[in-house]
Amino acid sequence: MMVLAFLVQTLRIATPFLLAAAGGVLSERSGVIALTLEGWMLTGAFCATLGSFYSHSAWVGLLCGIAGGLLAAGLHALATVRYRADQVVVGIAINLLAAGVTRFFLRLAFDSSSNSPRVTGFDWFTGGPGTSADASRLGGLVSSLANPLVFLGIVSLPFVAWLLSSTPFGLRVRAVGEKPDAAVSLGVGVARVRWIAVLGGGALASLGGTYLALEQHQFTDSMTAGRGFIALAAVIFGNWHPRRVAVACVLFAAAETLQIQLQGLQLVPSQFVEMIPYVLTIVALAGVVGRSLPPSALGRVSD
Amino acid sequence: MSDARSTTVLQRFAPAVAPVVALLIAAVVGDVLILAFGQSPADVYRLLLDGTLGNAYGMGQVIYKATTLAFTGLAVAVGLRAGLFNIGAEGQLAMGGFCAALMGLWLPAGMPGVVAIPLCLAAAGVGGAAVGAVPGALKARFGTSEVIVTIMLNFIVLALLNWFVSTRLHVPEQLHTPEIQAGQVGRLSSVVAAFHGSAANGMVLGALLAAGVVAWYLFRTRAGFELRAVGLQPPAAEAGGVRVGGVWFRALLLSGALAGLGGTNYVLGYKRYYEEGFAAGAGYIGIAVALVGRNHPVGVLLAAVLFAVLSQGGLAVNAMVPKQMVDVLTAVVIIAVAVTVPEVQRLVRNVGSGNSPS
Repeated sequence: MMVLAFLVQTLRIATPFLLAAAGGVLSERSGVIALTLEGWMLTGAFCATLGSFYSHSAWVGLLCGIAGGLLAAGLHALATVRYRADQVVVGIAINLLAAGVTRFFLRLAFDSSSNSPRVTGFDWFTGGPGTSADASRLGGLVSSLANPLVFLGIVSLPFVAWLLSSTPFGLRVRAVGEKPDAAVSLGVGVARVRWIAVLGGGALASLGGTYLALEQHQFTDSMTAGRGFIALAAVIFGNWHPRRVAVACVLFAAAETLQIQLQGLQLVPSQFVEMIPYVLTIVALAGVVGRSLPPSALGRVSD
Repeated sequence: MSDARSTTVLQRFAPAVAPVVALLIAAVVGDVLILAFGQSPADVYRLLLDGTLGNAYGMGQVIYKATTLAFTGLAVAVGLRAGLFNIGAEGQLAMGGFCAALMGLWLPAGMPGVVAIPLCLAAAGVGGAAVGAVPGALKARFGTSEVIVTIMLNFIVLALLNWFVSTRLHVPEQLHTPEIQAGQVGRLSSVVAAFHGSAANGMVLGALLAAGVVAWYLFRTRAGFELRAVGLQPPAAEAGGVRVGGVWFRALLLSGALAGLGGTNYVLGYKRYYEEGFAAGAGYIGIAVALVGRNHPVGVLLAAVLFAVLSQGGLAVNAMVPKQMVDVLTAVVIIAVAVTVPEVQRLVRNVGSGNSPS
C-alpha cells in the first residue's frame, strides 16, 4: 500500500518534470538554451485554464495550453534565432514576461490577483471534483493517473529519444546543436531546424504547465513554482540524453515525494530536500562524478 | 556612406540607440495593455509620473528602489564586462542582507554607527562574495558555465536562508529576524523632511560611491583592464599574459559582493531586519539595469532610476491598471534591448566599413 502510494505520487509529481524536460532536451540539443522552461510552463498553465474555463472542456484547455506554449516559444525563437539576441538574456526576460503577463491577464479575465475560478479538468474516474482530499485515498490516487497528460508525460522523453536518434529531423537537430557550420555546408537550414525545435520544446513544456493547472482545477499566481528550473536541472544532470534525463526527473520527483510522506518525522528539513536537484546539477556540471557536457553549439549565435 | 562624420556620430551614440528603441517598443506595448484594460494611456502615464517624480514621497521611494537596483545592476555589469553572466544576484542580494542582519544582531546594541555600519556593510559584501565565489571557483577551475551554476545557487541560497530563518532565528509567527540594534543607516527624511514616510536612506550614497569605485576599478586600474580584456577576448588576454581563470574568479567575487551590499538598503536602511523574500526579483531586474545601462557605471545608475520609476509607478497606477503591467514592460525592455543591440552593432559595422546596411 505504502509503496503503491509512493509510486503513484512520484509519477504525479514527475509528470510536469518529464514533459518540461522533454521540451528542454529538444530545444537544447538544437543549440538553444532552455532557460525559459519555467515561462513556457506558466504560459501553458494559464492558457489551459482560460480555454477550459470558457469551454468547460479539458481537451480545449489542453489545446489552448499548447497554443500558449507555442506563442511564448515563438517569441523566444523570434528573438534568439531570427534576431540572434543573447539566449540567456531573452530566456530570463521571457520568464519575467510570462510571470507578468499571466498576472496581468488574471486580473483582466478573472479580476483576481491570486487565482482563477475552478475549471474543468480530466476527471475520468474521480466522478467530478478531484481535490486533494480525494487524492489522499489510495483509490482516488490511482484513478488520478487516468489523465492523458500523465500518459503524455510517460511517453514524452522516449518520443524525443526516438525523434533525435531515429529520424532525419532528429539528425538535423543534433547537427545544428553540435556543428552548425558543418550542418550549413550540408544544406541544412540551421534557423529552420532551431525554430521547429524551440516551438516543439515550447509545446512540450506547456503541457507540463497544463497538467498542473488542470490537475488543480485552477490557475494560481506563479503556480509552476520553479518546476521549470528543476526540469532544466534534470536535463543537465541527465547529460542531455533523454533516457538519463527521464531517470533524473523521476529521481527528483521521488525525493520530493519522500519529503512529503516523511514530513511528520522531521528527519531532514524540507529545505534541504528542495536543494537536491540544484546541488546535484552543480556537482554534475563541475564534473566531480561523470561530467555533464552540453551540446557544443549551445547558446552560440549562428549566422 | 563615405561621410566620416555621420559614421562617428552614429558610433558615438550607438550605445544609446538600443535602450531608446527598447523604451519606445515598451511604451507601445504599455499602450496596448492599458487599452486592453479600458483606460487611457495618456492618463495612466501621467499618473505614473505624478506618483513617482511628481511628489517628494514618490521620489523618495524611487531613490530607495533605485539604490538596490544600482547595486544589483553594477553586480551584473561587472560580470558582463568580464564576459560572465551572473544570474545569481538574487541569491547574493538575499545572502548579503542576511549577513548584514546577523552582524547587526551580534554587535552590542547601540554601538556607534561609524563602527557598526562599516562592519555590517563588510558582512553583506562578504556574504554576497561567498555566494559569488562558488561559480567563480568552478568557472576558474573547471570552466563550468556560470549561468547554470548561478541560477541553481539562487534556489539553494533561498532554501538555506528559509531554513535558517524559519527554524533558527525569527520573530514568532513571522518570517523575519529580530530587529538589529546596531548598524542602522539613517533615513533621508531625517535630513530632508519632505521625504517623510519614504524608505529612502543613506545607502543611496553607498550606491553612488560603489558606482564610482566600479568605474575607477574598471577603467583606471590594471586589474580592471585585465578584466575587460578577458571579457572581450579571453584567448587574446591569455596570450597577453593575463591569468584568465583568476580574473573570472575575481570578477564573480566582486560581482557577488556588490549584489550582497545591495541587501543592506533594505536591512540596514529600511526595515532593520532580514525578511524572507525581501529581494523580490531585484536581482533579476539587475540584469535589465545592466543591459539598458550598457554595463557602464553611469549608465547603470540612470537605468536603475528608470526601472525604479517603473516599479514605483506600477503601484501609483494600480487603481487604473494592474501593477503587473510594469513587470511586462520590464521584460519587454530586456527583450527589445537584447534584440536591438546586435542589430545596431551590425548597422554600425556596415556603415563603418562602407557597406550599405542591409
